[in-house]
Order: sequence, then structure tokens, then C-alpha cells
Amino acid sequence: MGYQWTWSVFLQPANGRETYLDWLLAGMWTTVQMGTLGWVIAFILGSALGVMRTVPNRFLSGVAVTYVEIVRNVPLIVQLFLWYYVVPKLLPDTWRGSLFAQPPATTAFLTATIGLGVFTAARFCEQVRAGIESLPTGLRNAALSMGFTLPQAYRYVLLPVSYRLIVPPMTSEILSIFKNSSIAATVGVLELFARARQLNDYTARGYESFIAVILCYFAINAVVMIIMSVVERKTRLPGFMGSRS
Amino acid sequence: MLDFDFSFLTPETFEAMGRGMLVSLQVASTALVVGLIWGTILAMMRLSSIRVVSLLAAAYVNFFRSIPLAMVLLTFYLVVPQVLKSLLPSGTTMDTRLMSALVGFALFESAYYAEIMRAGIQSVPKGQMSAACALGMRPLQALRLIILPQAFKNMMPLLLTQLIVLFQDTSLVYVISLADFFTSAEGIGERDGRIEEMMIIAGLVYFVICFAASRAVKHISHKQGHQS
Repeated sequence: MGYQWTWSVFLQPANGRETYLDWLLAGMWTTVQMGTLGWVIAFILGSALGVMRTVPNRFLSGVAVTYVEIVRNVPLIVQLFLWYYVVPKLLPDTWRGSLFAQPPATTAFLTATIGLGVFTAARFCEQVRAGIESLPTGLRNAALSMGFTLPQAYRYVLLPVSYRLIVPPMTSEILSIFKNSSIAATVGVLELFARARQLNDYTARGYESFIAVILCYFAINAVVMIIMSVVERKTRLPGFMGSRS
Repeated sequence: MLDFDFSFLTPETFEAMGRGMLVSLQVASTALVVGLIWGTILAMMRLSSIRVVSLLAAAYVNFFRSIPLAMVLLTFYLVVPQVLKSLLPSGTTMDTRLMSALVGFALFESAYYAEIMRAGIQSVPKGQMSAACALGMRPLQALRLIILPQAFKNMMPLLLTQLIVLFQDTSLVYVISLADFFTSAEGIGERDGRIEEMMIIAGLVYFVICFAASRAVKHISHKQGHQS
């Protein structure tokens, strides 16, 4: 191939203060922030919804089912556009005022991160539900007969055990949230994918820019997998398939 | 606060969205067909006892599974037109946007179908292969006539669910401005200054299609569960 590789392009100044490498790293940092914050939202909301789907209350489980069905059947890009354009319109005036008082990049980052978290929560909810439903019913009954109230049984027995069972699917969900954060570029968040386009436009070095960005995604994936394999080892339940004891 | 106004919609708008939907369906169906065939081949390669072959397939699948679809689409949009230019006789005109979307999307989805098919093949009991070989079938024959049909049947619910995900993912061709359903809707919204309304319409259309499809999948897998 007669292509002249010019990797030194990343050391060239992009503007007065930054090099192209700084752009790349800034994009990676935004992706990491979005994925992490989005996952915090998804974890809390998804756990709550997963519990709601399993409690003996038709109203609560109905709410959770409706949420999951709506969020899972609309593409993420449409949801992010809705969060960016439509949701602020529905907010009370004072909230909207303070949201739009932020710099545009912050507004985009906030709405996209919430959208990403809400989207992932629906998927995580199904994993939490599957985890809770996979537990033997004796566990719940034993907790209740020990004098736990139902919320206590969830808090101290059912949720901790099911979290430890669903670490592997949780890992792939965390990997997905970092990949899905690339869609936030479409509403103007300057994360890794947006930086790929920017680098390509500014440097006219398409191959180098794209390879660098793909390597950044690999790095994020690798770090998540390493962290989660430690988590999996530390939290593995003895006596189940896949445990060593 | 709630001042949505849908009066800007004209028959021409619906026509543009309809054309966009056809593009979405075209991308989805191409990815489905290519993804199923190439994905099955990849799955068989991955389970092959020849180490190089299985490593190659694993590298392919892991590569595509660790980068975002948007990135894949944009990369192919950059690369495919140049490759096509060198392959085709000069002067051939072709929609490179659509072409690169079809190629990128199909290759990307194959990685996901490969994982489903691998699980499917592994769900067939080993005895089936031995029995087929004992009847005098060559390994490839046994795979084609005995193992794969059962693998497809076992994985049918997952394959169909993946099809719904795939259909939703086609909206990402937005990043290369291919006029699919979502991109058309967004374009009309930008032009008429009615982006909020158009996004609500787009969301509703996707919801109706995908919700109906997921109900149908549930029905099919329920029926299948009763048979076996």
C-alpha cells in the first residue's frame, strides 16, 4: 500500500494551546465521564426498576414493565434527541432557565448522560429481575420468616445475592454504555467519536485519526474488563457454577 | 410550556419519511441476510479445532464488538468508496453512502450474530454429531443437515430479538447522513424548525414497529416452548 503514515500529526498544534493529541485525550476523558456517570444512573434506576418488577404489587410492576417496553423499543439516538430538544421544554421555567444558563456543551453533556443512563437502566432492570427471579424462593421466605420486612429482605438478602450472580452480564452492559456514549456526538457532545470526525476534518489524516480513536475504545474496554474481572473474583458466590469452591 | 404544533406536516413530508423507511428496511434486511450467513460461518470457524481459524474468527468478533457502530459506519464511509473506486471501472456512478452503510452494517452485525450462533451450535448435544458421523455423513454434511437446523431452531427467539435491535440500530446511519427514516425525519424537523415534533413522531413510529415485533417474537417463542 502506497500510503504514507504520518503519526507525528498528533503532536502538531491544533490551535494556540492544544495539540491534536490533547483533543484525542479530551474526547476520551469525556467518554469516560459520560459512561461512568451514565452507569451510576443506570445502576440506581435499574436496580429500583428491577425490584419493582419482582415485588407482589401489580401497580409497581406495571410501571416498571411500561418503562422497559418504551425505552427498549425506541432507538437510543431518538431518545437522546428527545432528551436534548423535547425534555427541556417540559421542565418548569426556573429549571429550564438554569439548564440553559450553562455553556451549550454542558447542557448537551448533561442531557445526553441522563438519556444514556435512562436507556441503560431499562436493560439493567431486566438483568436485576432475572437475577432476583433466579434465586430459590426459599431465600425470600427464609428472610421473611426471620422477621425481615419485605424491603429489608430485598436490602439485605435478595439484592446483594443477585448482584453477585449477575456480574458477567453487568460487565457487558458497562462495555455497551461506553460504546453507546458515542451516539451523544449527534447532539453535540465532544466525546471520542466526535473527536474522530474532528481530527479527520482538521488533519486530513483519516486513517491515523480513526486508528487512534479505535485504540482508545480498545483501551477503555480493556480497563473495564480488568476491573470487572477483579470484581467478579472478589464477589463470586461459593457453591454456584463458576465458583472455585 | 407544551406548545407542540403538528400542522406543518404535509403529504410531501410523509412521502419523504416513507422513502426513508424503505432505506432503513433495506439496510436492516441486508444486514440480516449477510449477518446470518457470515455470522454462522464465523461461529463455525470459532468452534473449529484448527487453532489459526478459530483465533481469526475470535479476533474478528472481538474487534467489532469492542468499537461502537457509529465508529464502524464512519470508518467504512471513509474507506469503502476508495476501495470501490479502485475496483470498479472509472465512470461508474453509485451511491457510495448507501454502499458503505450496507457493508459496514452487515460486517458489524455479523459479529453479534456469530456469538448467537456459537451459543446455538453449542446448545446441540454432542451425540447428534457422533450419530450423524456414525450414519456415514462427512463432518460438513452433519453440520449442515443435523447441527445447524437445530441450532437455528434453538436460537430463533434470540435471532429475532437481535433483528429488532438491528432495526433500531439502522438509525445510526445518521452519522454518515444516509437518508434513512430517522435522518429524513430529523432533516425535515431542522428545515421546518419543528425538530421537537418530528422527534416525537419518529419515536412513536419506531416504538409501534418494535413493540409489535417484540410481541410477535414473544408469541413465537412461547409457541415453540410448548412444542418442545
